[in-house]
Amino acid sequence: MIVTDTAQQQSAVSVRDVVRHFGRFAALRGISAEFAPGGIYVLLGENGAGKSTLLRVIAGLLAPSRGTVMVLGSENIRAVVTRFGYMGHAPLLYDEMSALENLQYFAALYGINDRSCCEEAIRTVGLDPALERRVGQYSQGMRQRISLARAIVHAPELLLLDEPFSNVDVRSAKQMTSLLAKMRDEGTTILVVTHQAALLEPVADECIVLDAGRLVAREKGIPARLLTPYLAEERTALRAKPLRGEMEVQP
Amino acid sequence: MTSAPSLWAITRRSLVKDLRLEWRSKDAINSMLFFALLVVVIFSFGFDPTAEESRKIAGGLLWVAILFATVVALNQTWMRELRNQVLDAYRLSPAPPQALFLAKTLGNFMFVSILEVLMVPLFVVFYNLRSVGPVWQLLVVALLATWALVVNGTFFAALSIRTRSREIMLPLILFPISIPALLAMVDATTSILTGDNPATFWIRLLAVYDLVFTTVGLILFEPVLNAE
Repeated sequence: MIVTDTAQQQSAVSVRDVVRHFGRFAALRGISAEFAPGGIYVLLGENGAGKSTLLRVIAGLLAPSRGTVMVLGSENIRAVVTRFGYMGHAPLLYDEMSALENLQYFAALYGINDRSCCEEAIRTVGLDPALERRVGQYSQGMRQRISLARAIVHAPELLLLDEPFSNVDVRSAKQMTSLLAKMRDEGTTILVVTHQAALLEPVADECIVLDAGRLVAREKGIPARLLTPYLAEERTALRAKPLRGEMEVQP
Repeated sequence: MTSAPSLWAITRRSLVKDLRLEWRSKDAINSMLFFALLVVVIFSFGFDPTAEESRKIAGGLLWVAILFATVVALNQTWMRELRNQVLDAYRLSPAPPQALFLAKTLGNFMFVSILEVLMVPLFVVFYNLRSVGPVWQLLVVALLATWALVVNGTFFAALSIRTRSREIMLPLILFPISIPALLAMVDATTSILTGDNPATFWIRLLAVYDLVFTTVGLILFEPVLNAE
């Protein structure tokens, strides 16, 4: 029998000792974390750290090999699908349909048949619902924004976002960040997987760092040392290998 | 804000969406038509039957051509759900999985029916066909046989869609399980065309086959959809 305590039930998301194997490879190795309602949580880590896998496990797209996941107070994730939204690495949209057609279809899956809800969601992400171009002809950044609109069209309490800013220009990314902050202030819990931590630095409540499938750090906000890890590594690498014929630049 | 969507509402929505996607891309219908046309033309060059012989072999040729053409189309209809991982969006929604299965089956039924409407006149011309038995029964056989092909095909295409060699995997799974239906549709068509035997037994067999596999498909589709 699985025993759940009060803290677990009050969390928006609770993962306990979650392990996920793909064949013999362990993508998640005993992750435990609680995410309180109404916060923006940023999941950081290098490629292959297990961030997207964790998000997919929380969304119920992957079953954990071991451990328990409780979403919005329920271990049966299927029972709460109407209460959370998921934006994947791929846009989860039909290329041959326009943004509005896509949103109308996906909203209908949630029992929403009101066209104005879909138009509002498209406007919220800064696009024009009257745009007749098919999604396949959109830029990558526009696709990302429509994908976000699809994830929020049913006004979820919990939002799971996997790399929402990839290929999005800085101005649009800042608009998206403001939208996320507004949603957080209205009570939505937001889990974001990203490599662009700096974009979320002004609004993030906590950051969680994963490494090789393990949770290695959890901190308030996003500390400066985590904002530019790659830049720091690049600097180190450049210092270690000066180009032939060049003097090593001293700081 | 959200309410539980009904099976029929989502089936209708998904069917309209599939028809719209097919109208814009024409992926399935073009590949089916091209393939079936090739089979008919090549067979007509390969054989030179008399009118009597035509009536005996036409059922087999027609349904084999349609079966192969259907397989070509079935993968296409699921492929568009895998592109951009759209299937994940459906899995994350409260929509009943059976609605997606029904919509896909109905959509494929329409595509294959369109193919038949276009191919049958060609068959009649190329093979100089005249039915001796009641022609209306051919319509019943066509409806039941088409449903038998697509209901199984849609289910097994969904099952094989995540495998690496899905184009080979689908016929490998689908053809053996379709043998009873293929036997019934070919024998029923031949019986009607030649007028030798009543086709009633084969029509009943097709009806039972449809009923069984539609029920099984509806029951088993949810685990297939949610398979990782």
